[in-house]
Amino acid sequence: MSELTLTLIKFGFLAVLWIFVLSAVSVIRSDIFGTKAPAPASTPRRPGAAAATKNKGKTKPPRKPRKPQRGRPQVLQIVDGPNAGQSVPLGDQTIMLGRGTDAAIRLDDDYVSTRHARFATNGEQWFVEDLGSTNGTFIGSQRITSPVPIGLGIQVRLGKTIVELRK
Amino acid sequence: MSDTAWVPRKRRGAELVLTVMAVGIAISAYCAVGLGVEGRVPAGVFKLSAALIAVAVAANLVIRKVAPYADPVLLPLVLCLNGIGLAMIYRIDLGELDRNPDWDQLANSQLMWTGLGLAAFTIVLLVVRDHRRLQVFTYSFGLAALVLLILPMLPFIGQNIRGARIWISLGPFSFQPGEAAKICLAIFFAGYLAVKRDALALAGRRVAGIDLPRARDLGPIIAGWLVSVGILVLQRDLGSSLLFFGLFVVMLYIATERPGWLVVGAGLFVVGAWFGYTAFGHVRRRFDVWLNPFDDFDQNFQLISALFGLGHGGIIGRGWGLGSPELTPFSFSDFIAASLGEELGLTGLMAILLIYGLIVERGLRISLTCRDAFGKMLAAGLAVSLALQVFIVVGGVTRLIPLTGLTTPFLAQGGSSIVMNWAIIALLLRISDQTRRPAPPVEVNQEDEATQVVRT
Repeated sequence: MSELTLTLIKFGFLAVLWIFVLSAVSVIRSDIFGTKAPAPASTPRRPGAAAATKNKGKTKPPRKPRKPQRGRPQVLQIVDGPNAGQSVPLGDQTIMLGRGTDAAIRLDDDYVSTRHARFATNGEQWFVEDLGSTNGTFIGSQRITSPVPIGLGIQVRLGKTIVELRK
Repeated sequence: MSDTAWVPRKRRGAELVLTVMAVGIAISAYCAVGLGVEGRVPAGVFKLSAALIAVAVAANLVIRKVAPYADPVLLPLVLCLNGIGLAMIYRIDLGELDRNPDWDQLANSQLMWTGLGLAAFTIVLLVVRDHRRLQVFTYSFGLAALVLLILPMLPFIGQNIRGARIWISLGPFSFQPGEAAKICLAIFFAGYLAVKRDALALAGRRVAGIDLPRARDLGPIIAGWLVSVGILVLQRDLGSSLLFFGLFVVMLYIATERPGWLVVGAGLFVVGAWFGYTAFGHVRRRFDVWLNPFDDFDQNFQLISALFGLGHGGIIGRGWGLGSPELTPFSFSDFIAASLGEELGLTGLMAILLIYGLIVERGLRISLTCRDAFGKMLAAGLAVSLALQVFIVVGGVTRLIPLTGLTTPFLAQGGSSIVMNWAIIALLLRISDQTRRPAPPVEVNQEDEATQVVRT
């Protein structure tokens, strides 16, 4: 093996190693800044338009058609349970429900934890997230484990209490 | 809201490209070793290539199948390190064979351990379908960690190798339980802190500008400190005790966001280090070697040889197979960083450290984006443990800090280390898959009478 070949191999290997590191960095770079998604249709959205934007973001599986969205939800209403009838107006703030004193509505429900669940918005979509409650937060028959987007009229159950977003 | 939204992407294609590059780097390193040492491409290149490609393909398929939204760069980075480690071990095998024909070749067993590492990786990804389930076993993992740490001290199965009692041997296999204990401890700390962090952060009084927690919340921390000092005393394993203690302090800091913990931790560390220095000859010797390595050439031969090796390598290194890293004792395990520094130079060693940096960055990134406290703590803990381990071992080899024995993750020869580090990567990928996955479609079935609340 000539000296020159070995030197070339040496430099070649170091170059490849650094190219690998830099390409890993470039993958991470686009990962951090995210990918441009088509801007969501202007609010208030029609359900059809919403579905279309969802499908353009192709990794999201198409949603089952649900109750039509008519504009933005205005209140979080308790529809069933000991506190039925009470409601909280929705703003930009996160709303926490539970039996504790810091809850937006103090639920008088033995099956509800002190800090049970919270409702938060990213400006256009509301999400419900379980805060590690004992009895869980349910949408339909499904116990939620991570923040789940909810729309108007979708009933969320905490203990014996059922809440939903209303206009 | 801006007009761009974050859309979860799988990025498995990018991962594939990087994986191909990583395998290419490993194979070319192996060939370069043969060319450098013997002037020809080594005979085992097809075997190694086949094995590496099989590992890469299998890992890729496993991720595609069970964690499709997992982080795309972790696997290629780890494969690259593992491949470079294999090439370096093979290179040292050749060097040692030259000096001693009876040398027991290590590269093959390392390849086998890599395969087992992949098996561990697959098993963890398959068994742990949701990392939050692990939180249920918080205290079980804590207990398991204690048992694993105590195992080497038991008679018969515990072994004292080179002054440190950190091995157990079961028949033909020997195993370092400390590596497994690292994962168990990370899970235990994460689970404990996810529950207790409010109490640790908010309750307690303020003394001299530092928020001190209540005594009962402090208990487990003192226990953690005692355990790490216990390892130091009973097993003479400086590296592990430093790693476990550092891990706990950093995780406490992350959980509570109180810099006071770092102060408390540093104080306890100083006390422990001072105690070790005064009470144990071997600790004092480590310090002396660190400060004045050239005082006693015979005794400090290993470190001196490693330093000369690094100097020999210089900025761009000697090239694969053209240095003489085999002169340093344990150049294939504890001192593999120095061996790489000799053959790849500062340029190559920096690239390798950067790869570690990227792995840690991904871990912290996963921790940031993770939505549940346990996952956050676990990802941060695993990332920090890797970072600490690399810092302790590379810092020791390059004489930045006193030398303590720890394995260089993925590079160094040693089965338990490879297998457990692959398991760590699997855990990180599992958390990142959970984090980056889009929310499942909500199925609202309001006619479902079976789930209605029954009133009495």
